[in-house]
Amino acid sequence: MRHTVSVMVENKPGALARIASMFARRGFNIESLAVGPTERPDVSHITLRVDCSDRSLEQIQKQMHKLVNVLRVQELPPDEALERELLLVKVAAPPGKRAELISVAEVFNARVADLGADALIFEVVGTPEELASFEELVRPHGIKELVRTGRVGLARASARPAPRRLAVLR
Amino acid sequence: MKMLGSDAVLRSLEAEGVDVVFGLPGGAILPTYDAFARGTTVRHVLARHEQGAGHMAQGYARASGRVGVAIATSGPGATNLVTPIADAWMDSTPLVCITGQVRTTLIGTDAFQECDITGVTIPIVKHSWLVQHVAEIPNVIKAAFHIARTGRSGPVLIDIPRDVQEAELDFTYPADVDLPGWRPPKRGHAKQIKEAARRIARAEQPVLYVGGGTLNADACDELRELAEVGGLPVVTTLMGKGAFPETHALHFGWPGMHGPKWSNWAMNKADLLVACGARFDDRVTGKLAAFAPGAEVIHLDIDAAEIGKLRHADVPVVGPLKDVLRDLAVELVRLHAEGEGRRPDAWIQQIRDWRAEFPLKYAPGRETLKPQRVMELLQDMTAGRDVVFTTGVGQHQMWAMQYLLCERPGSFITSGGLGTMGYGIPAAVGAKAARPEATVICVDGDGCFQMTCQELATAALEQLPIVVVLINNGYLGMVQQWQNLFFDDRLSHVHLTHQVPDYAMLAEAYGCAGFTVSAEDEVEGALQAALDSNRTSVIDFRVDPQEQCFPMIPAGAAALDLIEFEEGEDAKVARPL
Repeated sequence: MRHTVSVMVENKPGALARIASMFARRGFNIESLAVGPTERPDVSHITLRVDCSDRSLEQIQKQMHKLVNVLRVQELPPDEALERELLLVKVAAPPGKRAELISVAEVFNARVADLGADALIFEVVGTPEELASFEELVRPHGIKELVRTGRVGLARASARPAPRRLAVLR
Repeated sequence: MKMLGSDAVLRSLEAEGVDVVFGLPGGAILPTYDAFARGTTVRHVLARHEQGAGHMAQGYARASGRVGVAIATSGPGATNLVTPIADAWMDSTPLVCITGQVRTTLIGTDAFQECDITGVTIPIVKHSWLVQHVAEIPNVIKAAFHIARTGRSGPVLIDIPRDVQEAELDFTYPADVDLPGWRPPKRGHAKQIKEAARRIARAEQPVLYVGGGTLNADACDELRELAEVGGLPVVTTLMGKGAFPETHALHFGWPGMHGPKWSNWAMNKADLLVACGARFDDRVTGKLAAFAPGAEVIHLDIDAAEIGKLRHADVPVVGPLKDVLRDLAVELVRLHAEGEGRRPDAWIQQIRDWRAEFPLKYAPGRETLKPQRVMELLQDMTAGRDVVFTTGVGQHQMWAMQYLLCERPGSFITSGGLGTMGYGIPAAVGAKAARPEATVICVDGDGCFQMTCQELATAALEQLPIVVVLINNGYLGMVQQWQNLFFDDRLSHVHLTHQVPDYAMLAEAYGCAGFTVSAEDEVEGALQAALDSNRTSVIDFRVDPQEQCFPMIPAGAAALDLIEFEEGEDAKVARPL
């Protein structure tokens, strides 16, 4: 089963390496991983996507808790969290095809981020599932390059807060 | 106070109350060694190999219950510490390793003796630091000792570039650590402890399965109290050996691959296992699905990640074992007062009967010296003494487990999880530094001996006398046993010979006393001479190369599939208990 895990870590050298190493050493596979800053300069946020059993997920969470730089580990259940991802895709777009492509893009709120002579780049933000649909729709036009950031997630505003160790940070 | 980073390292160690460190100097750690030369209250024991220094620090930690400290230079010095670090990681031994690193300006350039040791050791340390600024030194060392000894203890590493050691700082040693992400559990859950006590009181065939975590938690008195209050039979794992007095009426041996039948049967037939600082290692459980199949599990541990890692815990209690065991005993007393949980002695009697029926056995040597006989005599001659045993890894280690009776915590020091051959001699040197008043005996094999025997020089010159009881069967004995049992007797690259090297001569070359013994009637005389000499001594016991270590549960098999000693008419019952 796939799980999304939200991890708060101290913004210190090697913190990501320690987490990645723990996954590798214990035989857990990371499907996607997104790291970025938070509202606090000394704390980074990692959103991890893993495909594993519930039992393995429990081990992953416990083993991550033991890492000294890890402040909070929280699973984000699909119904209690928001998940978003950013996609950039360079699609073949000869002048005659542009209008059709752009109308598809409008449905997904995709923005034309760059325009060349025979290609354009779309920028889309959405749930990973929406991005996958968009990708399928533009694929017949000829995808030249595509990158995705990997998902980031937050527990919903209405969800119970998970105070854990972040509360002890000054 | 203004001082150099190198001096700050030593002032910090002094502030931590460190009395001995083990190390070997080299280029990138030179400034810190110069600080030793400028003066410190910390004793430095000069090892002959950094691996030796690391195992000495481990032996020191295990014998004293304090944090061991090892120091090495960058590059190869640091990589030579990797084995002790991995060993300390597997056995949860508190260890602070300090390594020199090339100058910060050279890091990342493949400089001479540069190695990314913090990178190399990430999977086997609790935490590590590459110190970037001299002002960090006191805080990092404070945090390192705190992390090494709190929660589930283990190794940490501090890598200090040479120019950081040479830079100046304004030194004050911090009173507290600031580690928001390191919050080991402080108390066991009271409700869970109550539930655990209730299940212990109700159980008909309970077994206390005691691991090394009990020793690390300094919870042996509390363990004894619980066992006695509850009338609970105790088995101690290899790492837990010594956590419970082995002549106690409630002690029933050691579980696992080479544990006696009565210990493994007690586990197998139990209706309740109380795992106490133990982690269901495969060498204990054998085939996991067939391990204690009828037992409920109460799992007491400081490390939440051990709960349910391998075996489901019906009642987990995460917390410091000293408090958890004490509270459990108190709760059990309360239940007894309410008339609950007075168990008849039938279960204890059953295990006693198994022990009487299936004792440890071996065939007495006629022409040859039997390793078990050496162990029996060693046990007889050291009983009642303040003795610390260390071992290497292999057959001799298993015979030591079976035949030496340990009464006190910290009296049996061995490499359990990693199974590091060569652990014994340096660990003994470290144990002697921690406990100079104790008799420290390394039971070693000839394969192990040759991996770390250079530390005999350290023992001799640092006035840290140890006795090496060398069980020399001329083979990599345990590998030979597996090749005999599981590879149709095809011996492949295991023959070392009894004669090369001549161990007694080698001992003398290192400034130690050497003895060679090949007959049973010489054993006691040699042991007595070595024990009385107060010098580092090596006794080369040339034992029967055919002797195998039984009983044995093959890897991945169930406890009931254990291979027993094939009894001849002359089989000797060892160690009637």
